[in-house]
Amino acid sequence: MNNYLLYFAIAIGLFVFAALFTLFGVYAERKVSAFIQDRLGPTEVGKFGLLQTFADFLKMLQKELIIPAAADKWLFMAAPAIIFVAVYLGFAALPWGPGLVPAHINLGLYYVLAIISVETLGILMAGWGSNNKYSILGAMRSAAQIISYEIPAGFALISVVMIAQSLDLQVISSQQGVTAQETIKFLGFWDVTHIGGILSWNIFRAPHLLIAFVIYFIASLAESNRAPFDIPEAESELVAGFHTEFTGLRFAFVFLAEYSMMFLVSMVAIVVFVGSWNTPLPNVGSVRLADWTTGPGWGIFWIAMKTLLLVAAQMWIRWTLPRFRVDQLMNLCWKVLTPLSFLCMLISGIWRVWLM
Amino acid sequence: MKSGVIKGFTTAWQGLTLTLKHLFAPKAKRQVQTVAADNYFKKLEEGTNTIQYPKQQLPVPEVGRYQLDVEMDDCIVCDLCAKICPVDCITIESIKATEAIGQTSDGTTKRLYAAKFDIDMAKCMYCGLCTIVCPTECITMTNQYDRTVPLLDMLNYKFSDMSPEEAARHREAFDKQQAERAAAKLAAQQNKGGQA
Repeated sequence: MNNYLLYFAIAIGLFVFAALFTLFGVYAERKVSAFIQDRLGPTEVGKFGLLQTFADFLKMLQKELIIPAAADKWLFMAAPAIIFVAVYLGFAALPWGPGLVPAHINLGLYYVLAIISVETLGILMAGWGSNNKYSILGAMRSAAQIISYEIPAGFALISVVMIAQSLDLQVISSQQGVTAQETIKFLGFWDVTHIGGILSWNIFRAPHLLIAFVIYFIASLAESNRAPFDIPEAESELVAGFHTEFTGLRFAFVFLAEYSMMFLVSMVAIVVFVGSWNTPLPNVGSVRLADWTTGPGWGIFWIAMKTLLLVAAQMWIRWTLPRFRVDQLMNLCWKVLTPLSFLCMLISGIWRVWLM
Repeated sequence: MKSGVIKGFTTAWQGLTLTLKHLFAPKAKRQVQTVAADNYFKKLEEGTNTIQYPKQQLPVPEVGRYQLDVEMDDCIVCDLCAKICPVDCITIESIKATEAIGQTSDGTTKRLYAAKFDIDMAKCMYCGLCTIVCPTECITMTNQYDRTVPLLDMLNYKFSDMSPEEAARHREAFDKQQAERAAAKLAAQQNKGGQA
């Protein structure tokens, strides 16, 4: 019985976290964009406009839920829930600290990749169900984009999995610090098993993994439909893309999904490439910085910090780079990222066989 | 492909450093000054550009090109403004007075009452032609640009405060004078006819 209560508590906790992150994320996005454009952003509601997104949410709650007359009612109503739940379920397998993971699945990475691609289904349902040309165009673009970019993202992750020899996110995490059970080498020549810190992160474990990380990061921007890959919601051409017709709480869910997705893909990148919940501080001689800053509490702190930094980078990129055209987008994916990620996977195989 | 990738990264990085510079640039609040100021555009580079509107306002000239205002004391009800208006937003109803009813501030004699002087600001296109043709310069454009009303009808500004009763009295007085004059004329003609 207590077990089930714990499950519910964890599920609710994750939902609350996703909701709070969305509130904070939208505020941060607005402030970052404002500062980049020499504006002030929200300033009126609360100190520094901190309660602005909360006020927006309250407004959204009171809005009428409109279903267009010609819409496919069931698809239209179910879509926001499916879009959000797909992302939300992804959080279940992500580790937060040593021994601290909502669901310890030994195929964790595979599960995350599989479950977040369900989002495409929700987006297609939203686009088709709305019975609106902008929505369907946005949904088609989104589906094409997400499916295309899953290939380089997947192969970039596989090149790490081949080195780490596990799909278990906790195993991948613990290899990137002083908790490693095996010998970890910095760039394949320097044994850093007991030094840990930034030196034993996966991006430094082999030089090509740094490229794999960049590939994954670019692909993850596309998967979460963020600029410069936001053609599914391209405001200047498609109004708002697949969520044009949504109002009130349903629109809030689409938003929640978008920001949760940002956090999720960043967290996957952190877990797989950038040391997961491990500290960036290495042991230096008798100053055991890495040993002192490793633990469940520290784990949550480090992974949250690193993920938020990556989310900040996503926002920074969004407000800098212009949107890709559809053909440029597909060009980048199929002609640049996919061959490069294949190459990374190949080097991983060679690395594993000959250098480890 | 290789040079393309490198170019892509370098140009993207250039853009990213530019935005990063702005992200951490000083966040000084904007000092509002008129566009005519010498270093107006230079000042914009120094901090944020947001004008916190109701609290801060860009200074505009006192005779800007915004809402119309009429100084009724100076109006001689000549109807020129209503005639020149391209969108017919000015409606004037005049009543002839029985005698000179005063002088405007520039010394023109007023001989007409304005029973009605309405300007529908919802129709106005802010061309300023009415202010040009006005012989006494009583109709002017002001620096007031922020006006919100709950009813569309309230944008129809009524500048004449003459009540219908007063208008009727003036009309009656004029009609009476006309009738008297006509009678006097008739009498004069008959007198002439009698003498001849």
